Amino acid sequence: MKRILMSLLALSLIFTFAIPSAAVAEESFKVGAYLPMTGPVAAYGQMEWAGVQAANKIQPTVLGKNVELFLVDTKSDKIEAANAVDRLIKKNKVHAIIGEAISGNTLAGGPIADKAQIPMVSPTATNPLVTQDKKYVFRVCFIDPFQGEAAASYAYDTMGAKKAAILVDIAQDYCVGLANFFAKSFIKKGGEIVATAYCQTMDQDFTAQLSAIMAAKPDVIYMPNYYTEVALSCRQAAELGLNVPVFSADGAQAEELISIGGKAVEGVIFIGHFAKEAAASELAKTYIETYEKETGKEASAFDALGADAYFILLDAVERAKSVEGPKIRAALASTKNFPAVSGNINIGEDGNAIKDAVLLHVKDGKFRYLATFKQ
Amino acid sequence: MDVHHRRNQILSILAIGLGFVLLYLAQKYLTSYQVRILNNCGLFITLAVSYNLINGVTGQFSLEPNAFVAIGAYTSALLTLSPAEKAMSFIIEPIIWPLSVIQTPFIISLLAAGIVTAIFGFLMGFAVFRVRGDYLAIVTLGFGEVVRVVANNTQTITNGPLGLKALAPYTNVWWTWGLALITVFYVSRLVRTSYGMAMKAVKYDEAAAEAVGINAFRHKMLAFTSSAFFEGIGGGLLAHLITTISPTLFTFFLTFNLLIMIVVGGLGSTTGAIIAAILVTWGGEFLRFVEEPINIFFIHIPAVPGMRMVIFSLLLVLMMIFARHGIMGTREFSWNWVVDRMNGLKFLLRNRG
Amino acid sequence: MDLAQFSQQLINGISLGSLYGIIAIGYTMVYGILRLINFAHGDVMMMGCFFAYYGILMFSLPWQFSFIIAIALTAILGIIIDRGAYRPVRKAPRISALITAIGVSFLLENAGIVVFGGRQKAFFRPEMFDSIITFHGIRFLNLAIYVPIITLTLLGIILLIIYRTKVGRAMRCISHDMETTRLMGVDVNRVIAITFAMGSAAAAAGGILWALKYPQINPLMGIIPGLKAFVAAVLGGIGNVGGAMIGGLILGLAEIMLVAIRPDLSGYRDAIAFGILIIILLFRPTGLFGEKLPE
Repeated sequence: MKRILMSLLALSLIFTFAIPSAAVAEESFKVGAYLPMTGPVAAYGQMEWAGVQAANKIQPTVLGKNVELFLVDTKSDKIEAANAVDRLIKKNKVHAIIGEAISGNTLAGGPIADKAQIPMVSPTATNPLVTQDKKYVFRVCFIDPFQGEAAASYAYDTMGAKKAAILVDIAQDYCVGLANFFAKSFIKKGGEIVATAYCQTMDQDFTAQLSAIMAAKPDVIYMPNYYTEVALSCRQAAELGLNVPVFSADGAQAEELISIGGKAVEGVIFIGHFAKEAAASELAKTYIETYEKETGKEASAFDALGADAYFILLDAVERAKSVEGPKIRAALASTKNFPAVSGNINIGEDGNAIKDAVLLHVKDGKFRYLATFKQ
Repeated sequence: MDVHHRRNQILSILAIGLGFVLLYLAQKYLTSYQVRILNNCGLFITLAVSYNLINGVTGQFSLEPNAFVAIGAYTSALLTLSPAEKAMSFIIEPIIWPLSVIQTPFIISLLAAGIVTAIFGFLMGFAVFRVRGDYLAIVTLGFGEVVRVVANNTQTITNGPLGLKALAPYTNVWWTWGLALITVFYVSRLVRTSYGMAMKAVKYDEAAAEAVGINAFRHKMLAFTSSAFFEGIGGGLLAHLITTISPTLFTFFLTFNLLIMIVVGGLGSTTGAIIAAILVTWGGEFLRFVEEPINIFFIHIPAVPGMRMVIFSLLLVLMMIFARHGIMGTREFSWNWVVDRMNGLKFLLRNRG
Repeated sequence: MDLAQFSQQLINGISLGSLYGIIAIGYTMVYGILRLINFAHGDVMMMGCFFAYYGILMFSLPWQFSFIIAIALTAILGIIIDRGAYRPVRKAPRISALITAIGVSFLLENAGIVVFGGRQKAFFRPEMFDSIITFHGIRFLNLAIYVPIITLTLLGIILLIIYRTKVGRAMRCISHDMETTRLMGVDVNRVIAITFAMGSAAAAAGGILWALKYPQINPLMGIIPGLKAFVAAVLGGIGNVGGAMIGGLILGLAEIMLVAIRPDLSGYRDAIAFGILIIILLFRPTGLFGEKLPE
């Protein structure tokens, strides 16, 4: 025991004398990222960070300055998220911020950046409240109403579904928001929601919900959940013999959907951000290649949006020809048709991204392009 | 009665005065990041000291503070938000009447948070104190989870997982440290009364305490309800510090944080809880360097996010094995001790000179 | 709900419930002997899954070997946790042991996030467990039959060890009175280590079955099954190995049936387990089949 203690002591001494690698070039443009690298939603944070890093490889400089990245973990927690943003601004003196992955935590960090006039771009905070009344908070993902509506019209008009069932993760504002906007649009079009069942993040058994949905005989099941939950639900649906098309959302676009879901996710349709074969821009192609080379994994929606947050920020800096917060903010707000990884991004009122969505489906164990939705 | 009672009182008042002067200077000259940590410290002192009242002083190991903080936070947030703001936030289903029209000043909402949480704690106490020991721990943990599940499901009251946002940032160092002072004052006074003595008796031997006529249940309830009251107000302050709340804020992680604090400080010591709350809150930020890339001489260690939580969990286990009594054990800070030391120091210096 | 639907839900419930049961066995064994809620039990289960995962992925072992090695490694992990964390606090107040267990639980979860990464990993499901059985309109995975069989076999082995071997007698002895057992010349620490090994092995087996049924693993996957299994153990009377199994079945069925009958309330599903726990502890703290009174 003594020896363990001694070695721990030695270790802590080393840490105390260790010098954080802050080889700060005076000239660098500092971008801070606050993301959930640990805690319940660590997967999304880790993916987005990988995307930001890949983007940094592709475009390491702006206005002739090196881009320096700072990462601060939020432990998937609001208190930590607020600390993190203040720390990035005051201690690391960053010029702009990327984050958070989850709306709730972005709501905690946003006001601080807003007050300090430091622009913040969130990759995946979809809750409409995130950018409401915040001059300096932007996002590159879709917001719930657009995606929910698009899903409803495709399901009703193109797929010809009249009765829909919904399985929604009640612990995620992203999922609840989408389900709600989908249901509203679907009913408005004349459709009927025949069953709504709930699950929670980290649930693994959906058999009861799916059996109940099965009894309601829907034409389509809308599952606006994250990829793990979607993959597991699809597997269990297949085991239960539920032969109804599954419609999902952009949170499903990750290779784990296929590796976990296997054959059961064949045919799953979802609205996503980009399609490999219909990559909208040169940047998208470069990014997909770089990401796969760097990580050995297929690009997902999460990392692509992380990268887009980075790219759109650097584009704004270039147009602003300045690293001052207010100027970057003005340039960000006037972003028009920026050819990002996840399609052409326009920044609309309220700092929300307006961009086309692509419709994808799973075929032969690959994501395949189906159609494009204009916004 | 302590012969130095009067002197100690004066010293305490002076120390508090000095503390507030320091706070004034701090919030005037420090950066907003440092002030934020200062606020967190004050807030966590309140939470840890009141959690320690039930866990340390009364010895009833329970795991519910996340539930109390959640109830307090939601109560005060729903009261300070204006009807218009609520209408804007509740985009999925409108908020129910009367919450949709009520708006109260901050102080009233905090009191309400404390009272509502205390009532909840009181009712919950009836149920949970039918069991003891680790069963109590698990039942209270269960209550914590149930509160979070309910908050996720009651869309028309809590706005479900979307949470509440745009709360006015009322919380500042005066509120956090003021509440910390009140909580510490209340708890340390309570501990010295006959109620407090009885609580300690219940901690060391419940059967013996009952045998000498102490109503163990009643004292547990007193500790639990008091704890709930302060946790509730703390929750209200927390909500208006980070200006947004949602159910994910009130998971078992929050309780785990508080647990580390009271264990590091020493279960049962208010002084220990204060020291540990500051250490853990500040240490959590300080330790961020272990997650950054590090260069030791010529060795480059890449960034490892997550190390802080590993260190904290390890710390908890190691504390339990090697230093079970924490920093303070069950001892408390006392002026007599300080004055004695000062005198000893003076004596030493004089003899040398 | 017609009969076919009801039977379908019944199968769903049994197959979930027996998984809760098998994990609950480990809880109840450790509690029976040490009076310790091994908070880290769910995380030990998670480690078992990762051992199996890396066994297949990195050492390309056949799955049978990989599973057996994973179970053995998890048993060793259980012994290490006992030796390193729980044994030093055995003489301390019981609450210290519980706090230590909470610490170990968080340590495993966070070390898991640092080492394995937070991204979910797909768990391999051998062909053998991947066929679907159809029976009068009810459909289920054949795994749903294997799970109860494997669970019952394991339960049988464990009961046999407890009631028919010397070590088992020592275990029962310790659960009555540790000090006297020590005086009788039994190496108490060794017996406790064996208990941990058995409980952890059962957790690993349960975890692997869990991962086969829900083929996804991540460092936090043990939290929910761990808590639910604990509820199952309490429901069956903690310390009672057979009771744990029945508790698991009841809990699984209750959860499934709530969702089946009122899908609109399915958001409250996790509250059910704790609701049951609270009610049981308030009205019958010894559980359904427990004899011993809790402290």
